[in-house]
Amino acid sequence: MSIYLNRDTRVIVQGITGRMAQFHTKDMLAYGTNVVGGVVPGKGGETVHGVPVFDTVKEAVEATQADASLVFVPPPFAADSIMEAADAGIRYCVCITDGIPAQDMIQVKRYMMRYPKECRMVLTGPNCAGTISPGKAMLGIMPGHIFLPGHVGIVGRSGTLGYEAAAQLKERGIGVSTSVGIGGDPINGSSFRDILEQFENDDDTHVIAMIGEIGGPQEAEAAAYIQDHVSKPVVAYVAGLTAPKGRTMGHAGAIISAFGESASEKVEILSGAGVTVAENPAVIGETIASVM
Amino acid sequence: MDIHEYQAKEVLSNFGVEIPAGALAYSPEQAAYRAREMGGEKWIVKAQIHAGGRGKAGGVKLCADDQEIQAACEAMFGRKLVTHQTGPEGKGIYRVYVEAAVPIDREIYLGFVLDRTSQRIMIVASAEGGMEIEDISAEKPDSIVRSTVEPAVGLRDFQAREIAFKLGIEPGLTQSMVRTLQGCYRAFRDLDATMVEINPLVITGDNRVLALDAKMTFDGNALFRHPQISELRDKSQEDPRESRAADRGLSYVGLDGNIGCIVNGAGLAMATMDTIKLAGGEPANFLDIGGGATPERVAKAFRLVMSDKNVQAVLVNIFAGINRCDWVAEGVVQALKEVQVDVPVIVRLAGTNVEEGQKILAKSGLPIIRATTLMEAAERSVSAWKSDNSLNLKVISS
Repeated sequence: MSIYLNRDTRVIVQGITGRMAQFHTKDMLAYGTNVVGGVVPGKGGETVHGVPVFDTVKEAVEATQADASLVFVPPPFAADSIMEAADAGIRYCVCITDGIPAQDMIQVKRYMMRYPKECRMVLTGPNCAGTISPGKAMLGIMPGHIFLPGHVGIVGRSGTLGYEAAAQLKERGIGVSTSVGIGGDPINGSSFRDILEQFENDDDTHVIAMIGEIGGPQEAEAAAYIQDHVSKPVVAYVAGLTAPKGRTMGHAGAIISAFGESASEKVEILSGAGVTVAENPAVIGETIASVM
Repeated sequence: MDIHEYQAKEVLSNFGVEIPAGALAYSPEQAAYRAREMGGEKWIVKAQIHAGGRGKAGGVKLCADDQEIQAACEAMFGRKLVTHQTGPEGKGIYRVYVEAAVPIDREIYLGFVLDRTSQRIMIVASAEGGMEIEDISAEKPDSIVRSTVEPAVGLRDFQAREIAFKLGIEPGLTQSMVRTLQGCYRAFRDLDATMVEINPLVITGDNRVLALDAKMTFDGNALFRHPQISELRDKSQEDPRESRAADRGLSYVGLDGNIGCIVNGAGLAMATMDTIKLAGGEPANFLDIGGGATPERVAKAFRLVMSDKNVQAVLVNIFAGINRCDWVAEGVVQALKEVQVDVPVIVRLAGTNVEEGQKILAKSGLPIIRATTLMEAAERSVSAWKSDNSLNLKVISS
């Protein structure tokens, strides 16, 4: 298997006519992703790289039976687009957009709760590189060729640091089942814990790699979950040992404001939960290889 | 984005939060005039800087007459105030706020934050006002009252009443307390704040609920819909390098070390800093140049990093995904020709087309130190900085 995404996933791209979205749609199609449509209000009837464009997500879903969506819509309108996807019956949504107001994300999360659990959309991101099930499909902006197909599940907040980990694995001939970016924003669609649960239940994933950073409670929550519910080996790296308190390090969510939010505290909490911690980013691949 | 106390008070008072009489001044004379105009017997002169802990650092003075106000102001204007929140460089005082002193019966702590666990707005209050919230949670954790707001319906009055009763507010003042809580909540929600803190919120001798201090922080991602809040920005309170970087679309945080970093991606930038430290060096900055490592962006990044006089080596770490390494390498070469860089430059490229990228760097004829892994890059940066230093010392001693 793999999580969230495979060869059969039918993908639409919201905001497909934008420059960046067009570029990455082409890349995703070349990777073999089943991109079946795009949505841009007012541009229904056009095509992008042979993919039909619709005015609304509902129309796109009706015409293409799409079940996943990639959101490339600019920050002021992105929250609305995610809610539109949730309402149209999309099951999995990745939002790439960086710079969505935090309170818009609070609204999005509340809105998604109005659907019963069995038909509730899963959101990952915003402000992430996307999700890839190597050799099957790619829903995002990552370079597909740095991921080999295999059995390590990767979940991380940062895009390029996730690439670094995947590249270190590839160097050792180790492959990835699915890599999920949860993004660098303070309010995000899915947490480490949500993704860990998926990986624990995925037969294709044998080892889980978790790439965290300073700020927020999600690494500590993940540690508690791992201790009680995860049987597979987990390797973690936490970026930001040298980051000062109270300063935002690039990601809106990367700011140390409470106990358990600094890199060293997170490392301590994760180690205490039985997670193998990579001491530095240069040994992420090596550490994963050591637990396989 | 942070704003000053006087600005936060004005914002909050527009939402029904009561504040003491006060006025802003840009000079000692103006401060004294403002106090006379306001009337009363005693005044507080408060330095306006974007940081807390002003009282202990001498930024808040109680004054009884013109002379005392002027003397207090003269000790403040143009100085740097160093508090536990400003860092050793401090923040410049260019504005003071003069406020009529009020008789205080009780001090309460009141804060509104974006709670990342519940992913909602959370109210944090304590009957132990006047102390920092960190100290309250360390010393009197049981005194803290927390309540999260359901976004579909907003803060309900019953929640506000519950908080008031838990704080032991006397029944006659419950309505004032509810009004204060609702005002703060509406300001937070309507203006896309990420933090509102009133510490202390006081009950006065004449039974009023007043915000004696106020701090607000706003979501930078939402400023596009609040131009009136954007106008409150005070660049004098920001690190000039950081605001210059922000204006150029780069994310920069200045640190104390001497190895400058140019990296794409925030997580990788932090990881690079950590690796430098591990290799025995100290990073001079955090710098994320974002996804598209175009030659222009790389050149801007070099200019920015080199404007820090402590920088003695520059480490460029780019993981090229969609942007191929050969293109990034050309950008680095072009930037090094445009920007004068007189310290060792270490470049580590990874990702798509890495061999072509390395060739371009090698062929450029520029004295670029190349590295293939992150660890190697960090080690070479540290040794380059050390040998560069010993070279300088030799020049001086000969």
